[in-house]
Amino acid sequence: MAASPAPSTVHRAAIRVDGEQCRCEGDWTLDGIEALDAQPHGIRWPAGAARLDGSGIQAIDTTGALRLLSIVADLEQAGQPVRLVSLREEHQALLDLVRERRASAGAVPPPPAARGALERLGRRVGSHARHALEFLAFIGEAAIALGRLALHPGRFRWRALFGNIETAGVNALPIIALLSFVMGVVIAYQGGQQLKFYGANIFIVELVSLTMLRELAPLITAIIVAGRTGSSYTAQIGTMRITEEVDALRTIGIPPMDLLVLPKLLALTVALPLLTVFADALSVFGGMVMARTMLDVSFSDFLDRFPRVVTPTSFLLGIGKTPVFAAIIALVGCYQGFQVRGGADSVGRHTTVSVVQSIFLVIAADALFSIILGGVGLWR
Amino acid sequence: MALSTHPADAVIVVRGLRTQFGATVIHENLDLDIRRGEIVALVGGSGSGKTTLLRAIIMLLKPAAGSIELFGQEIVGIGETTAFRLRRRFGMLFQQGALFSSLTVRENVAVPLREHTRLSARRIADIADLKIALAGLPADAGNKLPRELSGGMLKRAALARALALDPALLFLDEPTAGLDPVSAGAFDELVAQLKESLGLTVVMVTHDLDTLWSATDRVAFLGEQRVIGYAPMRELTQAEHPLIRAYFEGPRGRAAREQACKAR
Ligand SMILES: Nc1ncnc2c1ncn2[C@@H]1O[C@H](COP(=O)(O)OP(=O)(O)OP(=O)(O)O)[C@@H](O)[C@H]1O
Ligand SMILES: [Mg+2]
Repeated sequence: MAASPAPSTVHRAAIRVDGEQCRCEGDWTLDGIEALDAQPHGIRWPAGAARLDGSGIQAIDTTGALRLLSIVADLEQAGQPVRLVSLREEHQALLDLVRERRASAGAVPPPPAARGALERLGRRVGSHARHALEFLAFIGEAAIALGRLALHPGRFRWRALFGNIETAGVNALPIIALLSFVMGVVIAYQGGQQLKFYGANIFIVELVSLTMLRELAPLITAIIVAGRTGSSYTAQIGTMRITEEVDALRTIGIPPMDLLVLPKLLALTVALPLLTVFADALSVFGGMVMARTMLDVSFSDFLDRFPRVVTPTSFLLGIGKTPVFAAIIALVGCYQGFQVRGGADSVGRHTTVSVVQSIFLVIAADALFSIILGGVGLWR
Repeated sequence: MALSTHPADAVIVVRGLRTQFGATVIHENLDLDIRRGEIVALVGGSGSGKTTLLRAIIMLLKPAAGSIELFGQEIVGIGETTAFRLRRRFGMLFQQGALFSSLTVRENVAVPLREHTRLSARRIADIADLKIALAGLPADAGNKLPRELSGGMLKRAALARALALDPALLFLDEPTAGLDPVSAGAFDELVAQLKESLGLTVVMVTHDLDTLWSATDRVAFLGEQRVIGYAPMRELTQAEHPLIRAYFEGPRGRAAREQACKAR
C-alpha cells in the first residue's frame, strides 16, 4: 500500500525533533506532504551536524523523496548539514533513484525571459510584414499552379471540385435564402417608412432592388460564405498539417496546391456568383412582401416597374464582384490553413484569423470596386 | 478461463466484459484479474482490442455488458465524484502520447498536479522537473513544446505526465514503441525500480518481446475476443493455443526467448 493510499488513511508527513533526535514520520507521499510545506522552518535543529532518522517513514513516493532531498539540501545551504540515516531499504533505493535521475538530467535551465515591450512591438511588425509577403507568394504559387493546370487540363481533380461546389454552394442555400429574405424585408421596412412619409411608395422598387443587387446581396453572401466555408478550409488544411497528411501528399507526389487549393478556389469562384444570384432573388422577394403589406405596392406593380429601373448592368456589376470575393475567401482560408504549426490551439487561432481577414478584405475590395467603378462612371 | 472468485489483493477485476463499436463486438465475456504490485502485459495481434480494453478499464469507454472493479470499486455506472477520486490514483500513457499541444512539457506534467493537489506553483514545477528526469529526458526538455520533440522524447514526456501523481496503478499503451534499444532497456529498468520501491502496479500493452521477457510478471494474451492465455512469459510461450503459438513461434519470438534464457 505504498504509493497512493485512499485519502482517508493518509498520515501526514512530518519531522519531529526530540532533544538530539530528529525523526521523519508519516507518509512522504503526494497526499502526505501537502501539509508539510510550511513546517521545516519552524524546527529548531540541534546544534552541529544532525542525523535525520528515516525509519519512521511509513510510505514514500517520488514526490516525497524529492521533498525530503530538497529539505536536506536547503538545510545544508543554511549551514546546517543533516545526514539521512536508517531508512528502510526500499525507501533508500527510491531516494537513490530520484537522486541519480535528477543528476543525470542535468540542471534545469530557467524558462526563457519575458520580452520587453519594444522587442514585442518589433517582432509584431516584422511578423505582419512577413505574412503579407508570404500571402503574396502564396497567391503567386496558386496562379502558377493554375497555369500548369491550364496546360494539362487532364490532371484536374473534378471529383474534388464537385464535392467542394456541393458543400460550399448547395449546402449553403437554406441559410442564404433565410438571411437574404430577412435582409430584403428589413431594408424595405426602413426605407418604406420614409417613402410613405413623402407618398413616394412606388420608389420602394428602386430602393430595394438597387441596394440589394448592387451591394448588399453580394456582400452578405460573401460574409456568410467566409464564415461558413473559409473557416472550414482553414480548419481542414490546418488539421491535415498537424497530422502530417500534407507532408504525406507531397511525398506521394501530389502537390498540396493541386489537391487542396485549386479545387476549392475554382469551386468557390463558381459557387459564390450563383449563390449571389439566389440571394438577389430572395432579397427582392423579401422586399416585395414588405412593399405589399406596408406600402400597398402589389406584386404585379413591383414586377412591372422592376425591369425598367434595374438595368442588366447593375445586376451584372453586383455579380461581377463576387468571383473576386470568392478568390479572396478561398485563398485566405487555404493560406491560413497552411500557416498552422504545432497543435490544436493553432488551428483555432488561424481559423479565427482566416474569417476576420477574409471578411475585412472582402469589404475593402467592395469599397475599392465602388471607387473604381464610380471613377469610370459606371456606377449610375 | 472461468474466474469467479476475487483474489484478495486484486487491483483490477474484470468479469464478463463485452465491448462493441456499433455491431462490431471487440470483447465478449472477457475475464481478467490483476494483483497489486504486478507488472502485467497485454499482448495479441493488432486490432485484437488491447487499447480498447485499457480504455474500458480507465473509464473512457462504456462497456456493453459485464463489470469492472478498480481498487475494489465497481466502475460501470459510477458517479462523477467517485470517478474523479479514482482517476487520481492511476496514470495513463496513451499510444499516441496525447500531450497537450499548446503547453510545454513541464506544463503538461503539471496539469494533473494542479488539478488534484493544492501545492504551490513552484513546488509543482519542481515535481514536474523530477518526473521529466525520471522519464529519462534531459532537463532542458521541460521548456519545449510537444511539437519540438522527437517521437521517442514524446513517449517519455507522456510517461512523465502519467507518473505525475505518483499513481498506484499505471497504464502504458506501447511505452517502448519508437524508443531506441538503450532507452527501451532503461525504461524496463525504471518500471522495475518503481515497482520495487513504490509497489506500483503496471498494466502495459506491448509488442516488445524483450520487455515481455525482462519486465513482466504475467502476460495476458488477447484473442478470439477474450483472454486466451494468462501466465508468466515462460509458461505462456509453452501454451498450446494456435494463436499464441503463432505469435511467439516466429523467428523474432524464438530469438527473444533464446536471449532471455541465456540471460538467466
Ligand atoms: N472508435 C472506434 N470505432 C470503431 N471501431 C473501433 C474504434 N476503436 C477501435 N476499433 C476497432 O476495435 C478493434 C480493436 O482496436 P484496438 O485499438 O483496441 O486494437 P489494439 O489491440 O490496440 O491494436 P494495436 O496493437 O494495433 O494497437 C479494431 O478492430 C478496431 O478497428
Ligand atoms: Mg492499440
